[in-house]
Amino acid sequence: MPLDFPTPSSSSTGSSTSGTLDARIPDGPIEKKWDTRRFEMKVVNPANKRKYSVIVVGSGLAGASAAASMAELGYDVHCFCFQDSPRRAHSIAAQGGINAAKNYQNDGDSVWRLFYDTVKGGDYRAREANVYRLAQISVNIIDQCVAQGVPFAREYGGTLSNRSFGGAQVSRTFYARGQTGQQLLLGAYQALERQIGAGKVKMYPRTEMLDLVVVDGRARGIITRNLVTGKTEAHAADAVVLGTGGYGNVFHLSTNAKGSNATASWRAHKRGAYFANPCFTQIHPTCIPVAGDYQSKLTLMSESLRNDGRIWVPSKKGDPRSPSQIPESERDYYLERRYPAFGNLVPRDVASRAAKLVCDEGRGVGPGGRGVYLDFADSIGRLGENVIRERYGNLFDMYARITGENPYKVPMRIYPAIHYTMGGLWVDYDLMSTIPGMFVMGEANFSDHGANRLGASALMQGLADGYFILPYTIGNYLAQSKGPKIEASHSAFQDALKGVKLATAKFVSSRGKRTVDSFHRELGKIVWEKCGMARSRTGLEEALARIPELREEFNSNVMIPGSGEEMNRELEKAGRVADFFELAELMCFDALQRNESCGGHFREEFQTPEGEALRDDEAFCYAAAWEYKGQNERQTLHREALSFDNVHLTQRSYK
Amino acid sequence: MRTFSLTLNVWRQKSASEPGKFVTYKAPNVSEHMSFLEMLDVVNDDLILTGGEPIVFDHDCREGICGSCGFMINGIAHGPNRATTVCQLHMRSFKDGEELWLEPWRSAAFPVVKDLAVDRSAFDRVIAAGGFVTAPTGSAVDGNAILVPKPDADLAMDAAACIGCGACVASCPNGSAALFSAAKIGHLGFLPQGQPERDNRVLAMVEQVTLEGFGHCTSTGECEAVCPKGIQISYIARMNRDYLKASIAKRPEASVGGSG
Ligand SMILES: Cc1cc2nc3c(=O)[nH]c(=O)nc-3n(C[C@H](O)[C@H](O)[C@H](O)COP(=O)(O)OP(=O)(O)OC[C@H]3O[C@@H](n4cnc5c(N)ncnc54)[C@H](O)[C@@H]3O)c2cc1C
Ligand code: FES
Repeated sequence: MPLDFPTPSSSSTGSSTSGTLDARIPDGPIEKKWDTRRFEMKVVNPANKRKYSVIVVGSGLAGASAAASMAELGYDVHCFCFQDSPRRAHSIAAQGGINAAKNYQNDGDSVWRLFYDTVKGGDYRAREANVYRLAQISVNIIDQCVAQGVPFAREYGGTLSNRSFGGAQVSRTFYARGQTGQQLLLGAYQALERQIGAGKVKMYPRTEMLDLVVVDGRARGIITRNLVTGKTEAHAADAVVLGTGGYGNVFHLSTNAKGSNATASWRAHKRGAYFANPCFTQIHPTCIPVAGDYQSKLTLMSESLRNDGRIWVPSKKGDPRSPSQIPESERDYYLERRYPAFGNLVPRDVASRAAKLVCDEGRGVGPGGRGVYLDFADSIGRLGENVIRERYGNLFDMYARITGENPYKVPMRIYPAIHYTMGGLWVDYDLMSTIPGMFVMGEANFSDHGANRLGASALMQGLADGYFILPYTIGNYLAQSKGPKIEASHSAFQDALKGVKLATAKFVSSRGKRTVDSFHRELGKIVWEKCGMARSRTGLEEALARIPELREEFNSNVMIPGSGEEMNRELEKAGRVADFFELAELMCFDALQRNESCGGHFREEFQTPEGEALRDDEAFCYAAAWEYKGQNERQTLHREALSFDNVHLTQRSYK
Repeated sequence: MRTFSLTLNVWRQKSASEPGKFVTYKAPNVSEHMSFLEMLDVVNDDLILTGGEPIVFDHDCREGICGSCGFMINGIAHGPNRATTVCQLHMRSFKDGEELWLEPWRSAAFPVVKDLAVDRSAFDRVIAAGGFVTAPTGSAVDGNAILVPKPDADLAMDAAACIGCGACVASCPNGSAALFSAAKIGHLGFLPQGQPERDNRVLAMVEQVTLEGFGHCTSTGECEAVCPKGIQISYIARMNRDYLKASIAKRPEASVGGSG
């Protein structure tokens, strides 16, 4: 794989700067913007919809909901995923819940409060208009999912039940035991299968998108590889929608599914879609700590556990006693101490950093001192073991299976792990990327969570995008795009096809001495240490020196067995890791140019005397969108200025 | 930390059209904290670097929820631990020197794709036949307008926990998909939202199951024993009742349709 970035020595920020970006946000008061846009939009006549074909890449919450909804409207939909079934998309693993401003608990929730919490939780780096729309739509999502038969938790009277999540003081999270993502995805999947059965959606499982095809400045199709036969194919359409998920696996060890990757987004980026805020990544505070070198992924313990679990470490450094031997007076419930108002329910970035801090001080627990206790003894004493089992039984079982310890008796040990990526392809208010005709939804776009996402908001966003935003905005695009019909025999498709085949041929001739995973592991370690929970100029510069060296070695010394004309998992991984290398560099450049701390982006040079993130709203109140300029060229930084007319910029406080 | 070694006899098959066979590998230095798939990752790393071909198995979440993983370990789907997918199975459940036999799901309806990976798309087609509630986007009433008694919601959720891994089919001597279909029919059948299509659903899904070449259920109970989500065969009895009722009550097709 050729180099796509200059070596960092040429510049410390790796950027040249260009003009500003227009998100095409409708005018008027924030409450009216979405209505305004929906009214302004051109619509495709129902009888004509079947003449438009749309490619949806991804069958997670965003992809499945969009594909099903567009098929219901009458579009000719083609949906792709790399798993063997659309039901297995990574969304299936979400545990804790989904937010909605229903105010069913009568505790003062409202669209405005959810909007406010999300903007504040995102540390004022999200686009207000999008967040407001998300909060508005949240209530429709719950209705839609209930209608599909999603078995949400219920009260004895039959009404929907709620729980609390970090960063909120109201109870607005809907859930289905600890399997909310599974149930929401199965709802969307079943809607999708209904359309597949009706012949309205053609599904392509075990198929990976490897390139985007742009004709006359518009997205007109994709190139794919059939993961069973190895056959590469071109698919043409009138529009392309990506719902391909986040890039957390850049870090190698993450809570994401093993297959989650950035390839679709990254290849689209190389075709002209700007990539926004790549350094905004989220570390989740409650994951099971790393156990050994062979470790292949990290397991999340849902944030909902923080409702009933108390987080602590010993007050003394290197305390060798078992937790039960440490008396109350010698425990430090550091979140409750530092943040009395939110306590154990502070947002994720705050909780993660606090855990790192106490471990850095030498007060961490478990092997290597990289862990803190999450203790349920008080709740079990207060509510009884049965109530706790009812709320979190499957999570406790999972913990016991992985660690061999019984969390009903011994406190869990947890440590932060990479979990979610707020950054992603830049989209305008209509979810369209900088390539006309290419739309991006769900975790793959950057729009709604700013520098930090609140718990239970990703499921909400994925479904808002897929059920209720994209199906309208894509119509507006299609109604106005009068392009000629293009077939996959067009030269642009043939060229892209050739490129993909060439890259495959190059990989399968690599007979080096290291596995793809060994490179991925090493890359992940660099990014975790230098561009993870805390970043600094020197650390980022070191990473930017190290990553290209490692990539060079990857290019010359990776071992890929087998051929391209068969199922070949090493080949699949190699393509994804090659993209992670390039993306990792962009993340570091982005982190370096952002000389402030905000949300999940914590630059050690920029903190308050109490160690909290110190934003610089004068200089950095923008979304950073990077434009690919070709191999070995420096990426150009474009800025979308963010204005906060409704939620005033203040330092976030959870004290 | 305890480490030990194992002997693995693994089914290797290049594709559906080629014959397969068992090949024996050594797994030295297995740590008790590894998951079963991590143990295979290490075996694969060795294979790759010594000119072999890595063993293919499906997996993704490695958290027991996506349903991608699954193969037979010594004749038991997902291995020896109850209610545990193979990705969640940890090596502390095995002893030093053990010999293990790894085979793909064996079922006429699940052709082998490669090694331990099989094609389970038949399950998708069974869902497409009727495993849904027809609720087009935008047509829903307020969530709390549909009250669901908690016991019903809980029973629906128990059934909805199915991850579609296929262990039930693989362990059934008849290759029946009864537990899989019954779980979906039970999930939707316990909820008020599922009532309007209840009869059609069970008829259509059962018909598709037959078309896909799954066998008949003779209540051997093997499926329940291996189900990683602990789905109970009582749902099969419920499905059979639903099927009988629906077959008897089958309404004639309405003769006038159209949107008016
Ligand atoms: C363990 C865990 C727990 C979580 N819990 C919660 C929670 O409780 N609440 C919450 O709100 N959020 C939660 N999240 C976050 C949330 O689950 C995700 O952000 C969200 O599900 C992403 O959905 P998506 O549709 O954007 O993408 P995904 O679900 O990741 O789907 C991506 C899809 O794209 C396909 N794809 C990707 N690349 C390609 C390609 N090149 N070619 C073809 N297909 C491709 C995949 O096959 C897949 O179908 C959790 C995340 C994790 C990791
Ligand atoms: S890999 Fe997802 S269930 Fe095992």
